[in-house]
Amino acid sequence: MTNTVTPAKQFGELRLDGVGRSFGEANALTDLSLTIQQGEFIALLGPSGCGKSTALNCLAGLLPLTHGSIWQDDKRIDMTRPERRGFGMVFQNYALFPHMSVRKNVAFGLEMRKTPSAEIKERVAEAIELVHLEDQAAKLPGQLSGGQQQRVAIARAVVLRPPLVLMDEPLSNLDAKLRLEMRTQIRRLHQALNLTTVYVTHDQEEALSLADRLVVLRLGRVQQIGTPRELYSRPANAFVADFMGYRNLLKSTISAVDGTRVVVDVSGLSVNATAMSGFSVGDACIVGVRPDDLKVVGPGATSDGLIVDGTVEVVEYQGREIVSEVRLPNRLTVTVRTEEDLHPGMRIRVAAEAGRTLAFADDNTVTRVPDLGVSPEAVAAGAP
Amino acid sequence: MSAEAVPVSAVPADPRGAWRHRMADRGIDRTLWLLLPAVIFVVALFVYPFLYGLSLSLTPGTGETGIFSNYAKFFADSYYSSTIWLTLRLAIPATLFNTLASVPFAYWMRGRFPGKRAVTTMLVVPITLGTVLTAEGLLNFLGNAGWLNRFLMLIHVIDAPLKLTYNYWGVFLSLVLSGFPFAFLLILSYTSGIDPTLERAASTLGASAWQRFMRVTLPLLAPGLATTFSLAFVMAFSVFPSALMLGNPQGEEHVIAIAAYEQAYTYYNYNYASAIAMVMGAVELLVIAAVQLLRRTFYIGTTGGKGA
Repeated sequence: MTNTVTPAKQFGELRLDGVGRSFGEANALTDLSLTIQQGEFIALLGPSGCGKSTALNCLAGLLPLTHGSIWQDDKRIDMTRPERRGFGMVFQNYALFPHMSVRKNVAFGLEMRKTPSAEIKERVAEAIELVHLEDQAAKLPGQLSGGQQQRVAIARAVVLRPPLVLMDEPLSNLDAKLRLEMRTQIRRLHQALNLTTVYVTHDQEEALSLADRLVVLRLGRVQQIGTPRELYSRPANAFVADFMGYRNLLKSTISAVDGTRVVVDVSGLSVNATAMSGFSVGDACIVGVRPDDLKVVGPGATSDGLIVDGTVEVVEYQGREIVSEVRLPNRLTVTVRTEEDLHPGMRIRVAAEAGRTLAFADDNTVTRVPDLGVSPEAVAAGAP
Repeated sequence: MSAEAVPVSAVPADPRGAWRHRMADRGIDRTLWLLLPAVIFVVALFVYPFLYGLSLSLTPGTGETGIFSNYAKFFADSYYSSTIWLTLRLAIPATLFNTLASVPFAYWMRGRFPGKRAVTTMLVVPITLGTVLTAEGLLNFLGNAGWLNRFLMLIHVIDAPLKLTYNYWGVFLSLVLSGFPFAFLLILSYTSGIDPTLERAASTLGASAWQRFMRVTLPLLAPGLATTFSLAFVMAFSVFPSALMLGNPQGEEHVIAIAAYEQAYTYYNYNYASAIAMVMGAVELLVIAAVQLLRRTFYIGTTGGKGA
């Protein structure tokens, strides 16, 4: 063999220009503009129905656009049929041909391209080796486990060395352990083959760990595009914050504004926060804090942001750390991640820096609501 | 109470219960009695008549000897033995046409689209009419002074009426009219059982519409095609009323069912008639076996859809 892995056919950049797709009156995807550089790993992230699969199908050519255009360098490709685009695609349900062996499945695309049979043989063997399925090559897909089937699907897509690989929630049908393993394999494959990849997922952890850049979608609209670090530390709005693990989202009102620093009223609790958009006094907002930015502090401690006493209600053990629900005096609960040894009923003081306490415009993202908690008396009284 | 003192619930060993469990493990329990009505039905209406017919066919007629005398008579008399060929000549082309013509329709209709129900109803209505009504209708439609010939002459496609009744074409068209809906319904259920993402996957791999059909859909449809062909063939091979009404039942359309009917109800020779019916069954079995063998050489494996 002359070379183990031939790099993918190259293109400079792929540009989506105002791409949109409507189904009758409903807009599944609105005005998606994005430039993908060769070799980049892009994740489209959002809850189900946010338009991420629609975007992927538009890219693949399986779904015609209703608005906008797609450009590969300076060639417009949005009218090109899927079989002529030459993009590889990995489907959520794998979509392996049940009547063909693993080897035949992987060879299918090459046969369609009229590749010489000696080359097909060599490249198929190489692709099967890449996903470690040498022993299963003669089997039918029905005889393989879910993880193995997924690897066949990946091999079938990458054997063509496509300029772009599209992956539609490829790991969502696998169990948690296999999902982690396959995640690493996909990242390794991406690096080894320098594959340009667009990856659709609703799992923010998957997106953060795999992607060079993320596109967060909500109801067909782009919320934010950025690197994992950008999205994680500076989410554009409460919706993105929710996706990025800001589990403490609290509905509040602005009570004072001083540049980017604001004072907010969280159901009676006064907190200093960093404004993520323009506010004036009296505006509704959502304050977001990540569980690991809420620190358990000593009784005499102070903070420039949020500081409050509370009662530990629920403790979840997670290895080195514990995740705990803490009830505040204003009846709200917050989630705290800490290495301290907490147990239910403890009185503790929690604090977060103002720089890590972010105030977002109220965009109807679901926030925590004050409730009475599930005390034994409440259960006895039949309250929810 | 200490932990190890918790007693295992002490049920006395029951050999009868254990035996019952073992039988239930092999699928034998009291619910099997639910099969009884079906078993009685099959035995009374299929197994017994079949065996009775078989024994009749093996009983020599008056003045004959040997248990195969009825069969020998059938194959010696060319007027009777030719019925096999005359019936195959009708049934195989008609079944092939019905099965193959159903494929593009079913393929096109496998997705969801407005008006699908109306189209399906239109294609399926002939099945509800029954063969006699269909044959009568065709007699009027295809006759010398029927609409079809009058229309074709009106637009000057033909000068003299086409002869489409009381011959091969009349029976053939009748078999198509009543057999197509049946084949179509079966094939439709097979095509909708094939995962549509398979074709999408094939298209991203560079397969054109024709290649997708030939390489993905058709192989997955093969078992369904074989089953449909077999069932439709059996129906067509037992053609009777349309051959009688639209064909020449004493000549070119002297099909095997008519031959059996003649012997049973014109000559009252039940033994001979039973032998003819047995030959009919044997030919059907042979054709089905050939079809299944053929499909096995083309494709082995699961279908991914229903009807594996």
